[in-house]
Amino acid sequence: MIEVKELKKSFGELNVLKGINTTFEVGKTNLIIGQSGSGKTVFMKCLVGLLEPDSGGVFFDKNNFTLMNEKQRTKVRKKMGMLFQGSALFDSLTVEENVVFPLEMFNKDMTRKEKLERAHFCLDRVNILDANHLYPAEISGGMKKRVAIARAIANKPDYLFCDEPNSGLDPQTAIVIDRLISEITKEFRITTIINTHDMNSVMEIGDHVIFIYKGNLWWEGSSDEILTTGNKEVEDFVYASELVRKLK
Amino acid sequence: MKLFTNIGKYLLLLVKILQRPQNPGIYRQKIIVEMDNLGLQSLGIVAIISVFMGAVVTIQTAFNTDHPLLPIYAVGFATRQSIILEFSPTIISLILAGKVGSRIASEIGTMRVTEQIDALEVMGINSAGYLILPKIIASMIVNPMLVIISIFLGILGGWMASAITNVVPLSHYFYGILFEFSQYDVFYALIKTVVFAFLIASISGYFGYITRGGALEVGHSSTKAVVFSSIYIIIFNLILTQILLV
Repeated sequence: MIEVKELKKSFGELNVLKGINTTFEVGKTNLIIGQSGSGKTVFMKCLVGLLEPDSGGVFFDKNNFTLMNEKQRTKVRKKMGMLFQGSALFDSLTVEENVVFPLEMFNKDMTRKEKLERAHFCLDRVNILDANHLYPAEISGGMKKRVAIARAIANKPDYLFCDEPNSGLDPQTAIVIDRLISEITKEFRITTIINTHDMNSVMEIGDHVIFIYKGNLWWEGSSDEILTTGNKEVEDFVYASELVRKLK
Repeated sequence: MKLFTNIGKYLLLLVKILQRPQNPGIYRQKIIVEMDNLGLQSLGIVAIISVFMGAVVTIQTAFNTDHPLLPIYAVGFATRQSIILEFSPTIISLILAGKVGSRIASEIGTMRVTEQIDALEVMGINSAGYLILPKIIASMIVNPMLVIISIFLGILGGWMASAITNVVPLSHYFYGILFEFSQYDVFYALIKTVVFAFLIASISGYFGYITRGGALEVGHSSTKAVVFSSIYIIIFNLILTQILLV
Protein backbone atom coordinates (compact mmCIF):
# COMPACT_ATOMS: atom_id res chain seq x y z
CA MET A 1 0.00 0.00 0.00
CA ILE A 2 1.19 3.52 -0.77
CA GLU A 3 -0.07 6.53 1.15
CA VAL A 4 0.49 10.10 0.05
CA LYS A 5 0.13 12.86 2.64
CA GLU A 6 0.03 16.60 1.89
CA LEU A 7 2.46 16.28 -1.03
CA LYS A 8 3.62 19.65 -2.33
CA LYS A 9 6.07 20.47 -5.09
CA SER A 10 6.90 23.71 -6.81
CA PHE A 11 9.42 24.89 -9.38
CA GLY A 12 10.34 28.46 -8.52
CA GLU A 13 7.10 30.45 -8.44
CA LEU A 14 5.11 27.68 -10.08
CA ASN A 15 3.19 25.48 -7.59
CA VAL A 16 2.76 22.20 -9.43
CA LEU A 17 1.43 20.03 -6.59
CA LYS A 18 -0.60 21.81 -3.92
CA GLY A 19 -0.96 19.26 -1.14
CA ILE A 20 -2.16 15.88 -2.41
CA ASN A 21 -3.57 13.23 -0.05
CA THR A 22 -4.53 9.78 -1.29
CA THR A 23 -4.02 6.04 -0.75
CA PHE A 24 -3.16 3.41 -3.36
CA GLU A 25 -4.19 -0.07 -2.29
CA VAL A 26 -2.60 -3.47 -2.94
CA GLY A 27 -3.89 -5.54 -5.85
CA LYS A 28 -5.64 -2.58 -7.46
CA THR A 29 -4.86 -0.62 -10.61
CA ASN A 30 -4.80 2.98 -9.48
CA LEU A 31 -5.06 5.51 -12.29
CA ILE A 32 -3.91 9.10 -12.15
CA ILE A 33 -5.67 11.17 -14.79
CA GLY A 34 -5.72 14.83 -15.68
CA GLN A 35 -5.01 17.26 -18.48
CA SER A 36 -1.50 17.77 -19.82
CA GLY A 37 0.37 20.07 -17.44
CA SER A 38 -1.87 19.24 -14.48
CA GLY A 39 1.04 17.75 -12.51
CA LYS A 40 0.57 14.00 -13.11
CA THR A 41 4.15 13.30 -14.15
CA VAL A 42 5.60 15.44 -11.36
CA PHE A 43 3.37 13.56 -8.91
CA MET A 44 4.61 10.19 -10.14
CA LYS A 45 8.24 11.33 -10.10
CA CYS A 46 7.76 12.42 -6.49
CA LEU A 47 6.30 9.00 -5.68
CA VAL A 48 9.32 7.11 -7.01
CA GLY A 49 11.87 9.62 -5.71
CA LEU A 50 13.05 11.01 -9.04
CA LEU A 51 11.94 14.42 -7.72
CA GLU A 52 12.09 15.58 -4.11
CA PRO A 53 8.81 17.03 -2.81
CA ASP A 54 8.96 20.38 -0.99
CA SER A 55 6.82 19.02 1.83
CA GLY A 56 4.56 16.12 2.68
CA GLY A 57 5.36 12.44 2.52
CA VAL A 58 5.07 9.25 0.51
CA PHE A 59 4.65 6.14 2.68
CA PHE A 60 5.42 2.69 1.28
CA ASP A 61 3.75 0.22 3.66
CA LYS A 62 3.81 2.87 6.44
CA ASN A 63 7.51 3.74 5.87
CA ASN A 64 8.13 7.38 4.97
CA PHE A 65 10.12 7.19 1.73
CA THR A 66 10.60 10.96 1.62
CA LEU A 67 12.64 10.98 4.83
CA MET A 68 14.79 7.96 3.99
CA ASN A 69 18.50 8.20 3.20
CA GLU A 70 19.89 6.85 -0.07
CA LYS A 71 20.70 3.41 1.38
CA GLN A 72 17.19 2.97 2.81
CA ARG A 73 15.67 4.18 -0.44
CA THR A 74 17.67 1.63 -2.43
CA LYS A 75 16.01 -1.13 -0.36
CA VAL A 76 12.53 0.21 -1.19
CA ARG A 77 13.45 0.76 -4.82
CA LYS A 78 14.37 -2.90 -5.19
CA LYS A 79 10.64 -3.55 -4.61
CA MET A 80 9.64 -1.08 -7.36
CA GLY A 81 9.13 -1.67 -11.05
CA MET A 82 8.53 1.14 -13.47
CA LEU A 83 7.27 1.31 -17.01
CA PHE A 84 8.32 4.56 -18.67
CA GLN A 85 6.48 6.46 -21.37
CA GLY A 86 9.20 5.77 -23.93
CA SER A 87 9.87 2.29 -22.48
CA ALA A 88 13.45 3.32 -21.50
CA LEU A 89 14.96 0.00 -22.53
CA PHE A 90 18.76 -0.09 -22.56
CA ASP A 91 19.77 0.23 -26.22
CA SER A 92 23.01 -1.71 -25.87
CA LEU A 93 21.32 -4.78 -24.35
CA THR A 94 19.11 -7.38 -26.03
CA VAL A 95 15.53 -7.92 -24.90
CA GLU A 96 16.62 -10.84 -22.71
CA GLU A 97 19.56 -8.90 -21.23
CA ASN A 98 17.25 -5.98 -20.44
CA VAL A 99 15.02 -8.27 -18.37
CA VAL A 100 17.95 -10.08 -16.74
CA PHE A 101 19.64 -6.77 -15.87
CA PRO A 102 17.81 -5.95 -12.58
CA LEU A 103 18.29 -9.56 -11.50
CA GLU A 104 22.03 -9.40 -12.27
CA MET A 105 22.45 -6.22 -10.28
CA PHE A 106 20.81 -7.33 -7.05
CA ASN A 107 20.21 -11.07 -6.88
CA LYS A 108 23.58 -12.48 -5.92
CA ASP A 109 21.89 -15.59 -4.49
CA MET A 110 20.42 -16.61 -7.84
CA THR A 111 22.48 -18.61 -10.32
CA ARG A 112 22.79 -17.43 -13.92
CA LYS A 113 20.44 -20.24 -14.97
CA GLU A 114 17.80 -19.19 -12.44
CA LYS A 115 18.03 -15.58 -13.60
CA LEU A 116 17.55 -16.62 -17.23
CA GLU A 117 14.61 -18.82 -16.26
CA ARG A 118 12.98 -15.90 -14.43
CA ALA A 119 13.60 -13.61 -17.42
CA HIS A 120 12.08 -16.18 -19.78
CA PHE A 121 9.08 -16.56 -17.47
CA CYS A 122 8.51 -12.77 -17.49
CA LEU A 123 8.96 -12.52 -21.26
CA ASP A 124 6.60 -15.45 -21.76
CA ARG A 125 4.07 -13.79 -19.45
CA VAL A 126 3.97 -10.75 -21.72
CA ASN A 127 3.99 -12.96 -24.85
CA ILE A 128 7.30 -11.82 -26.29
CA LEU A 129 9.67 -14.68 -25.55
CA ASP A 130 10.39 -15.15 -29.28
CA ALA A 131 12.07 -11.74 -29.47
CA ASN A 132 14.53 -12.35 -26.63
CA HIS A 133 17.67 -12.02 -28.77
CA LEU A 134 16.61 -8.84 -30.58
CA TYR A 135 17.76 -5.34 -29.63
CA PRO A 136 15.23 -2.61 -28.67
CA ALA A 137 15.87 -0.83 -31.99
CA GLU A 138 14.68 -3.96 -33.82
CA ILE A 139 11.25 -4.25 -32.19
CA SER A 140 7.99 -2.25 -32.42
CA GLY A 141 6.64 0.26 -29.87
CA GLY A 142 4.10 -2.23 -28.52
CA MET A 143 6.79 -4.91 -28.15
CA LYS A 144 9.02 -2.43 -26.32
CA LYS A 145 6.21 -1.78 -23.81
CA ARG A 146 5.86 -5.52 -23.25
CA VAL A 147 9.60 -5.90 -22.68
CA ALA A 148 9.51 -2.92 -20.30
CA ILE A 149 6.69 -4.60 -18.35
CA ALA A 150 8.69 -7.85 -18.26
CA ARG A 151 11.72 -5.92 -16.94
CA ALA A 152 9.55 -4.11 -14.38
CA ILE A 153 8.18 -7.36 -12.94
CA ALA A 154 11.43 -9.36 -13.16
CA ASN A 155 12.42 -8.59 -9.58
CA LYS A 156 8.92 -9.48 -8.27
CA PRO A 157 8.05 -5.91 -7.31
CA ASP A 158 5.49 -4.90 -4.69
CA TYR A 159 4.84 -1.61 -6.47
CA LEU A 160 4.46 -1.04 -10.21
CA PHE A 161 4.51 2.46 -11.68
CA CYS A 162 3.46 3.08 -15.27
CA ASP A 163 3.90 6.46 -16.92
CA GLU A 164 1.49 6.70 -19.86
CA PRO A 165 1.88 3.01 -20.78
CA ASN A 166 -0.14 3.21 -23.98
CA SER A 167 1.07 6.50 -25.42
CA GLY A 168 2.07 6.14 -29.05
CA LEU A 169 0.26 2.82 -29.42
CA ASP A 170 -2.68 1.97 -31.63
CA PRO A 171 -6.01 1.45 -29.76
CA GLN A 172 -5.90 -2.36 -30.01
CA THR A 173 -2.33 -2.65 -28.73
CA ALA A 174 -3.10 -0.06 -26.03
CA ILE A 175 -5.94 -2.23 -24.70
CA VAL A 176 -3.71 -5.33 -24.76
CA ILE A 177 -1.07 -3.47 -22.71
CA ASP A 178 -3.72 -2.15 -20.28
CA ARG A 179 -5.16 -5.60 -19.73
CA LEU A 180 -1.71 -7.08 -19.29
CA ILE A 181 -0.91 -4.57 -16.56
CA SER A 182 -4.25 -5.21 -14.86
CA GLU A 183 -3.80 -9.00 -14.99
CA ILE A 184 -0.28 -8.79 -13.61
CA THR A 185 -1.48 -6.49 -10.81
CA LYS A 186 -4.10 -8.99 -9.66
CA GLU A 187 -1.98 -12.09 -10.31
CA PHE A 188 1.04 -10.94 -8.29
CA ARG A 189 -0.90 -8.67 -5.85
CA ILE A 190 1.05 -5.54 -6.77
CA THR A 191 0.17 -1.95 -5.93
CA THR A 192 -0.03 -0.48 -9.43
CA ILE A 193 -0.15 3.21 -10.23
CA ILE A 194 -0.74 4.30 -13.81
CA ASN A 195 -0.37 7.80 -15.16
CA THR A 196 -2.62 8.31 -18.16
CA HIS A 197 -4.97 10.63 -19.99
CA ASP A 198 -6.55 7.84 -21.99
CA MET A 199 -10.22 7.38 -21.06
CA ASN A 200 -10.19 3.89 -22.63
CA SER A 201 -7.67 2.86 -19.96
CA VAL A 202 -9.81 4.40 -17.24
CA MET A 203 -12.91 2.46 -18.31
CA GLU A 204 -10.98 -0.75 -19.02
CA ILE A 205 -8.85 -1.19 -15.91
CA GLY A 206 -9.44 1.67 -13.45
CA ASP A 207 -10.15 0.15 -10.03
CA HIS A 208 -9.35 3.45 -8.36
CA VAL A 209 -9.10 6.71 -10.27
CA ILE A 210 -7.79 10.07 -9.09
CA PHE A 211 -8.26 13.22 -11.12
CA ILE A 212 -5.61 15.91 -10.73
CA TYR A 213 -6.57 19.45 -11.69
CA LYS A 214 -4.15 22.38 -11.44
CA GLY A 215 -2.00 20.57 -8.88
CA ASN A 216 -4.92 19.53 -6.63
CA LEU A 217 -6.56 16.17 -6.15
CA TRP A 218 -9.90 17.26 -7.59
CA TRP A 219 -11.81 14.01 -7.53
CA GLU A 220 -11.32 10.32 -6.71
CA GLY A 221 -13.47 7.25 -7.13
CA SER A 222 -13.97 4.21 -9.35
CA SER A 223 -14.23 4.05 -13.14
CA ASP A 224 -17.98 3.52 -12.82
CA GLU A 225 -18.44 6.62 -10.71
CA ILE A 226 -16.42 8.89 -13.01
CA LEU A 227 -19.17 8.99 -15.65
CA THR A 228 -21.75 10.34 -13.25
CA THR A 229 -19.67 12.48 -10.92
CA GLY A 230 -21.36 15.79 -11.68
CA ASN A 231 -18.01 17.54 -11.22
CA LYS A 232 -17.61 20.07 -14.04
CA GLU A 233 -13.83 19.76 -14.49
CA VAL A 234 -13.98 15.95 -14.42
CA GLU A 235 -16.84 15.90 -16.90
CA ASP A 236 -15.03 18.34 -19.20
CA PHE A 237 -12.11 15.90 -19.21
CA VAL A 238 -14.16 12.70 -19.52
CA TYR A 239 -16.44 14.04 -22.23
CA ALA A 240 -13.80 15.98 -24.11
CA SER A 241 -14.22 13.90 -27.23
CA GLU A 242 -17.19 14.42 -29.54
CA LEU A 243 -17.67 10.67 -29.82
CA VAL A 244 -17.97 10.15 -26.05
CA ARG A 245 -20.36 13.09 -25.81
CA LYS A 246 -22.59 11.49 -28.44
CA LEU A 247 -22.48 8.17 -26.59
CA LYS A 248 -23.51 9.96 -23.40
CA MET B 1 29.52 32.25 -11.70
CA LYS B 2 28.18 29.51 -13.97
CA LEU B 3 31.69 28.04 -14.15
CA PHE B 4 31.85 27.69 -10.35
CA THR B 5 28.36 26.16 -10.29
CA ASN B 6 29.48 23.62 -12.87
CA ILE B 7 32.68 22.84 -10.96
CA GLY B 8 30.64 22.32 -7.78
CA LYS B 9 28.16 20.05 -9.54
CA TYR B 10 31.04 18.17 -11.17
CA LEU B 11 32.70 17.55 -7.80
CA LEU B 12 29.40 16.36 -6.28
CA LEU B 13 28.95 14.01 -9.23
CA LEU B 14 32.49 12.68 -8.70
CA VAL B 15 31.58 11.82 -5.09
CA LYS B 16 28.58 9.87 -6.40
CA ILE B 17 30.67 8.18 -9.10
CA LEU B 18 33.35 7.05 -6.67
CA GLN B 19 30.94 5.33 -4.27
CA ARG B 20 31.43 1.61 -3.73
CA PRO B 21 30.06 -0.34 -6.74
CA GLN B 22 26.84 -2.24 -5.99
CA ASN B 23 27.90 -5.26 -8.03
CA PRO B 24 31.69 -5.26 -8.73
CA GLY B 25 31.36 -8.20 -11.16
CA ILE B 26 29.14 -6.21 -13.51
CA TYR B 27 31.45 -3.18 -13.24
CA ARG B 28 34.44 -5.37 -14.22
CA GLN B 29 32.59 -6.60 -17.30
CA LYS B 30 31.67 -3.04 -18.22
CA ILE B 31 35.30 -1.91 -17.87
CA ILE B 32 36.38 -4.55 -20.41
CA VAL B 33 33.64 -3.44 -22.82
CA GLU B 34 34.58 0.23 -22.38
CA MET B 35 38.28 -0.55 -22.96
CA ASP B 36 37.24 -1.82 -26.36
CA ASN B 37 34.77 1.01 -27.07
CA LEU B 38 36.96 3.87 -25.90
CA GLY B 39 40.46 2.49 -26.49
CA LEU B 40 40.79 -0.17 -29.14
CA GLN B 41 38.35 1.61 -31.44
CA SER B 42 40.59 4.68 -31.28
CA LEU B 43 43.70 2.75 -32.26
CA GLY B 44 43.32 3.45 -35.98
CA ILE B 45 43.18 7.23 -35.73
CA VAL B 46 45.97 7.29 -33.12
CA ALA B 47 48.19 5.16 -35.37
CA ILE B 48 47.64 7.25 -38.51
CA ILE B 49 48.15 10.59 -36.76
CA SER B 50 51.25 9.37 -34.90
CA VAL B 51 53.04 8.06 -37.98
CA PHE B 52 52.40 11.20 -40.00
CA MET B 53 53.14 13.61 -37.17
CA GLY B 54 56.41 11.77 -36.43
CA ALA B 55 57.37 12.10 -40.08
CA VAL B 56 56.47 15.81 -40.18
CA VAL B 57 58.32 16.60 -36.93
CA THR B 58 61.45 14.90 -38.31
CA ILE B 59 61.36 16.78 -41.63
CA GLN B 60 60.62 20.15 -39.98
CA THR B 61 63.37 19.66 -37.38
CA ALA B 62 65.83 18.70 -40.10
CA PHE B 63 65.09 21.85 -42.11
CA ASN B 64 65.18 24.13 -39.08
CA THR B 65 68.39 22.78 -37.58
CA ASP B 66 70.46 22.90 -40.73
CA HIS B 67 73.44 24.57 -39.06
CA PRO B 68 77.11 23.46 -39.01
CA LEU B 69 77.30 23.81 -35.20
CA LEU B 70 74.36 21.45 -34.63
CA PRO B 71 75.06 17.72 -34.94
CA ILE B 72 72.92 15.85 -37.48
CA TYR B 73 71.74 13.38 -34.82
CA ALA B 74 69.97 16.33 -33.09
CA VAL B 75 67.10 15.70 -35.52
CA GLY B 76 66.48 12.25 -34.05
CA PHE B 77 66.96 13.57 -30.53
CA ALA B 78 64.48 16.46 -31.06
CA THR B 79 61.95 14.16 -32.71
CA ARG B 80 62.09 11.73 -29.81
CA GLN B 81 61.77 14.45 -27.17
CA SER B 82 58.91 16.20 -28.98
CA ILE B 83 56.99 12.96 -29.38
CA ILE B 84 57.53 11.62 -25.85
CA LEU B 85 57.16 14.85 -23.93
CA GLU B 86 54.38 16.59 -25.80
CA PHE B 87 52.98 15.10 -28.95
CA SER B 88 51.94 11.65 -27.75
CA PRO B 89 50.58 12.47 -24.28
CA THR B 90 49.02 15.87 -25.00
CA ILE B 91 48.06 15.98 -28.67
CA ILE B 92 46.80 12.40 -28.69
CA SER B 93 44.80 13.15 -25.52
CA LEU B 94 43.28 16.19 -27.24
CA ILE B 95 42.34 14.00 -30.19
CA LEU B 96 40.84 11.43 -27.80
CA ALA B 97 38.95 14.25 -26.06
CA GLY B 98 37.26 14.87 -29.41
CA LYS B 99 36.63 11.28 -30.34
CA VAL B 100 36.01 9.62 -26.97
CA GLY B 101 34.64 12.68 -25.15
CA SER B 102 31.86 13.29 -27.65
CA ARG B 103 31.01 9.59 -27.63
CA ILE B 104 30.72 9.46 -23.84
CA ALA B 105 28.67 12.67 -23.59
CA SER B 106 26.28 11.74 -26.39
CA GLU B 107 25.83 8.17 -25.12
CA ILE B 108 25.03 9.24 -21.55
CA GLY B 109 23.08 12.31 -22.72
CA THR B 110 20.88 10.13 -24.92
CA MET B 111 20.31 7.76 -22.01
CA ARG B 112 19.25 10.77 -19.93
CA VAL B 113 16.74 12.17 -22.43
CA THR B 114 15.25 8.73 -23.16
CA GLU B 115 14.70 8.12 -19.41
CA GLN B 116 17.17 5.20 -19.29
CA ILE B 117 19.01 6.89 -16.42
CA ASP B 118 15.69 7.38 -14.59
CA ALA B 119 15.05 3.67 -15.10
CA LEU B 120 18.40 2.86 -13.45
CA GLU B 121 17.61 5.19 -10.54
CA VAL B 122 14.16 3.69 -9.98
CA MET B 123 15.76 0.22 -9.89
CA GLY B 124 17.93 1.48 -7.02
CA ILE B 125 21.14 1.60 -9.06
CA ASN B 126 23.71 4.37 -8.59
CA SER B 127 23.39 5.49 -12.21
CA ALA B 128 26.37 7.87 -12.14
CA GLY B 129 28.67 5.20 -10.77
CA TYR B 130 27.34 2.50 -13.07
CA LEU B 131 27.62 4.60 -16.23
CA ILE B 132 30.68 6.79 -15.66
CA LEU B 133 33.08 4.91 -13.35
CA PRO B 134 33.78 2.04 -15.80
CA LYS B 135 34.50 4.62 -18.53
CA ILE B 136 36.95 6.49 -16.28
CA ILE B 137 38.78 3.33 -15.24
CA ALA B 138 38.84 1.97 -18.80
CA SER B 139 40.24 5.26 -20.14
CA MET B 140 42.90 5.40 -17.41
CA ILE B 141 44.03 1.88 -18.33
CA VAL B 142 43.82 2.01 -22.10
CA ASN B 143 44.94 5.59 -22.89
CA PRO B 144 48.52 5.03 -21.59
CA MET B 145 48.68 1.96 -23.85
CA LEU B 146 47.59 4.10 -26.80
CA VAL B 147 50.23 6.68 -25.93
CA ILE B 148 52.99 4.05 -25.77
CA ILE B 149 51.90 2.83 -29.21
CA SER B 150 51.77 6.45 -30.40
CA ILE B 151 55.35 7.10 -29.21
CA PHE B 152 56.60 4.00 -31.00
CA LEU B 153 54.72 4.85 -34.22
CA GLY B 154 55.76 8.52 -34.09
CA ILE B 155 59.42 7.56 -33.96
CA LEU B 156 58.78 4.98 -36.69
CA GLY B 157 57.17 7.73 -38.80
CA GLY B 158 60.31 9.85 -38.35
CA TRP B 159 62.43 6.91 -39.44
CA MET B 160 60.25 6.40 -42.53
CA ALA B 161 60.54 10.11 -43.40
CA SER B 162 64.32 9.92 -43.01
CA ALA B 163 64.51 6.83 -45.18
CA ILE B 164 62.24 8.19 -47.92
CA THR B 165 63.35 11.84 -48.09
CA ASN B 166 66.91 11.33 -46.86
CA VAL B 167 66.74 14.55 -44.79
CA VAL B 168 68.91 12.84 -42.20
CA PRO B 169 70.97 9.64 -42.54
CA LEU B 170 69.33 6.71 -40.75
CA SER B 171 72.36 5.95 -38.61
CA HIS B 172 72.35 9.55 -37.29
CA TYR B 173 68.59 9.41 -36.76
CA PHE B 174 68.89 6.26 -34.63
CA TYR B 175 71.85 7.68 -32.74
CA GLY B 176 69.75 10.76 -31.93
CA ILE B 177 66.78 8.62 -30.87
CA LEU B 178 68.96 6.77 -28.33
CA PHE B 179 71.02 9.81 -27.28
CA GLU B 180 70.73 10.53 -23.53
CA PHE B 181 67.45 8.67 -23.26
CA SER B 182 65.79 9.13 -19.89
CA GLN B 183 63.11 6.70 -18.68
CA TYR B 184 61.67 9.49 -16.57
CA ASP B 185 60.46 11.21 -19.75
CA VAL B 186 58.25 8.21 -20.53
CA PHE B 187 57.07 8.12 -16.92
CA TYR B 188 56.20 11.83 -17.19
CA ALA B 189 54.26 11.19 -20.40
CA LEU B 190 52.30 8.35 -18.83
CA ILE B 191 51.45 10.33 -15.68
CA LYS B 192 50.11 13.13 -17.88
CA THR B 193 48.12 10.65 -19.97
CA VAL B 194 46.46 9.06 -16.93
CA VAL B 195 45.42 12.48 -15.61
CA PHE B 196 44.14 13.53 -19.04
CA ALA B 197 42.22 10.25 -19.37
CA PHE B 198 40.50 10.92 -16.06
CA LEU B 199 39.62 14.45 -17.17
CA ILE B 200 38.25 13.35 -20.56
CA ALA B 201 36.03 10.58 -19.19
CA SER B 202 34.79 12.42 -16.09
CA ILE B 203 34.13 15.80 -17.75
CA SER B 204 32.41 14.19 -20.73
CA GLY B 205 30.43 11.93 -18.40
CA TYR B 206 29.39 14.99 -16.38
CA PHE B 207 28.10 16.90 -19.42
CA GLY B 208 26.24 13.82 -20.64
CA TYR B 209 24.74 13.16 -17.22
CA ILE B 210 23.36 16.69 -16.73
CA THR B 211 21.74 16.80 -20.18
CA ARG B 212 18.10 17.87 -20.13
CA GLY B 213 15.76 18.13 -23.09
CA GLY B 214 16.11 16.34 -26.40
CA ALA B 215 18.37 15.66 -29.37
CA LEU B 216 19.48 19.29 -29.63
CA GLU B 217 20.67 19.35 -26.01
CA VAL B 218 22.53 16.06 -26.50
CA GLY B 219 24.45 17.78 -29.31
CA HIS B 220 25.21 20.77 -27.07
CA SER B 221 26.41 18.48 -24.28
CA SER B 222 28.65 16.65 -26.69
CA THR B 223 30.20 19.90 -27.90
CA LYS B 224 30.68 21.20 -24.34
CA ALA B 225 32.30 17.91 -23.33
CA VAL B 226 34.92 18.24 -26.08
CA VAL B 227 35.55 21.95 -25.47
CA PHE B 228 35.90 21.70 -21.69
CA SER B 229 37.91 18.46 -21.78
CA SER B 230 40.34 20.14 -24.19
CA ILE B 231 40.60 23.29 -22.06
CA TYR B 232 41.29 21.32 -18.88
CA ILE B 233 43.83 19.13 -20.67
CA ILE B 234 45.74 22.26 -21.69
CA ILE B 235 45.54 23.74 -18.17
CA PHE B 236 46.63 20.50 -16.46
CA ASN B 237 49.36 20.06 -19.04
CA LEU B 238 50.91 23.28 -17.80
CA ILE B 239 50.42 22.39 -14.13
CA LEU B 240 51.85 18.86 -14.50
CA THR B 241 54.79 20.06 -16.58
CA GLN B 242 55.63 22.57 -13.88
CA ILE B 243 55.31 19.91 -11.14
CA LEU B 244 57.01 17.00 -12.88
CA LEU B 245 59.78 18.59 -14.97
CA VAL B 246 60.90 21.65 -13.02
